[in-house]
Amino acid sequence: MLYNEPSPLEVKILTRRFGLPNSQSIDTYLATDGYKAFEKAIGMSQDDIINEVKASGLRGRGGAGFPTGMKWSFVPRNSPKPKYIMVNADESEPGTCKDRLLMEYDPHQLIEGILIAGLAVGSQQGYIYIRGEYRYLIEVMDRAIDEAYARGYLGDNILGRGVRFHLATHSGAGAYECGEESALLESFEGKRGNPRIRPPFPAVAGAYQCPTVLNNVETYCAIPPIILQGGAYFAGLGTPKNGGTRLFCLSGHINKPGVYELPMGFNLMRMINEVGGGMKGGKKLKAVIPGGSSCPVLKADECDLAMDFDTLAAAKSMLGSGGVVVMDEDTCMVKALLRIMRFYAHESCGWCIPCREGTTWLRKLLTRFHEGMGQASDIVLIGDLGKNMLGRTFCPLGDAAALPTISIVEKFRDEFEAHLNGEPCPYENRSRLVAA
Amino acid sequence: MTFSPELEARFEKFLTKYPPERKRSAMIPMLIYAQDEVGSMTDELIAEVAKRVGVTPLQVNEVLTYYSMLHRKPMGKYHVQVCTNISCLLVGGEELWRNACKKLGIGHKEVTADGQVSLEEVECMGACSWAPAVQVNYDFYHDVTPEQLDKLIDGLAAGKTPAEIHGVERVNP
Repeated sequence: MLYNEPSPLEVKILTRRFGLPNSQSIDTYLATDGYKAFEKAIGMSQDDIINEVKASGLRGRGGAGFPTGMKWSFVPRNSPKPKYIMVNADESEPGTCKDRLLMEYDPHQLIEGILIAGLAVGSQQGYIYIRGEYRYLIEVMDRAIDEAYARGYLGDNILGRGVRFHLATHSGAGAYECGEESALLESFEGKRGNPRIRPPFPAVAGAYQCPTVLNNVETYCAIPPIILQGGAYFAGLGTPKNGGTRLFCLSGHINKPGVYELPMGFNLMRMINEVGGGMKGGKKLKAVIPGGSSCPVLKADECDLAMDFDTLAAAKSMLGSGGVVVMDEDTCMVKALLRIMRFYAHESCGWCIPCREGTTWLRKLLTRFHEGMGQASDIVLIGDLGKNMLGRTFCPLGDAAALPTISIVEKFRDEFEAHLNGEPCPYENRSRLVAA
Repeated sequence: MTFSPELEARFEKFLTKYPPERKRSAMIPMLIYAQDEVGSMTDELIAEVAKRVGVTPLQVNEVLTYYSMLHRKPMGKYHVQVCTNISCLLVGGEELWRNACKKLGIGHKEVTADGQVSLEEVECMGACSWAPAVQVNYDFYHDVTPEQLDKLIDGLAAGKTPAEIHGVERVNP
């Protein structure tokens, strides 16, 4: 069952098997060009595979947008250590719900992408780190992995071609921080998910301090189409330096929320109005979080832009994880920021002080402010706390909390001022005191 | 400590997934699957998993306190998790959460007196485009209305299984 109707504006590359009968089975996969890219890649050199990925303009779909081919090229060729392919399926950036679908509807596409990454860097072992809440997807992936073993696409001598690769799932147990690559590796090793100092990066010292390729689910899923149809083809679907398509997760105050595969660079206003069916109830647009809750928000008049990494960066925001959260004119931005901050304060691992203390103090200040007990000086303080966290934490969680804070205080200062009359939030009748 | 044959088989498989000297990697997966059977992180369970992965119980304890899904106290037979993070908040997640608390007379991470239902206000569960979303144990419910959540909670509190409650169906296979 599809969770939302597809849009006619979609360009279905990674999602093309969504909705096919038994789309998760290996038979459906094989009948629709499945594992052909892997067979092609067996005949390619490591450099050829990596160059094809570089040519595709594929950039990491987890949020940071780092060029995938370049990341793979950092893995040392002559290391005597085993090399690992690690899949980040710890999807937990608020606003993001796409990796779920890629695993649910087309698990073999992910397996094939992993296999090709294994060929590209000379790895024989992969792990899919799946967030604990996605238990049913661990079962889906386990079944697909069993099928792939049974049909000779995983094992010690794959397809009789002398290729060895083993793959297993790994369950998380509830922690946003474990979506950060170094924290994910710590968690994978059976520890608290505290981030590691970098360098060294995972390409050199990742799982068990061995060279590791670590990418998001969607990134791996883009690999089979790139190998099969060529990097140039994939690059041509998007905008310069932003190859391919992207699964955008539309949520919030729109008529047709859903996950839609659109070309990189698709205009955000068209995304809201034409793909998402426009604003719910004919309300006016107030703000958009363009790529998950860690991104600086865009005001309504900033939303006429191309959704790719570079355009969003130029607009002082981020494309992030693809979670597009649309907010209408009735939304209280103080409340929105408060909820986001409760999340980051809850998820901060506590390893470094600016994040642990900063998120907690921001949560407390925003709670007080939203309840009508704030002071004018708090507005400056909230912004300053954000600015003092930015760039001063071990891992990007501190930035993830700081960026929406700074942008909302700057862009919606009037809404903070409207909370200064000693009454609770003017946008709702009575809010509740949050006990976080 | 004895586990069901199914869980034993799963543990055995977990321990083969990782290099032999890296058994510790199996710790967190073992804990979460064991919790489903045992109910919570009991001292006995912690000691058992510690023994099996070759660490001390203290090392297991310091790890498990980090993870929000691992509980030191048992939750209800049906653990109802309501998301109130940003995408759900915008379309009524908070109302769902308030209603659920009021209906059951319990709060965050609390359990009804009969142990049947527990509640948790959770962070983003990855259902943002089909918000507001609720999870009961590991099953997802999308686009949940207040009426549907009422029906679900009433049914669970009355001892029904989720499958016996009509008009509100889980979405995952």
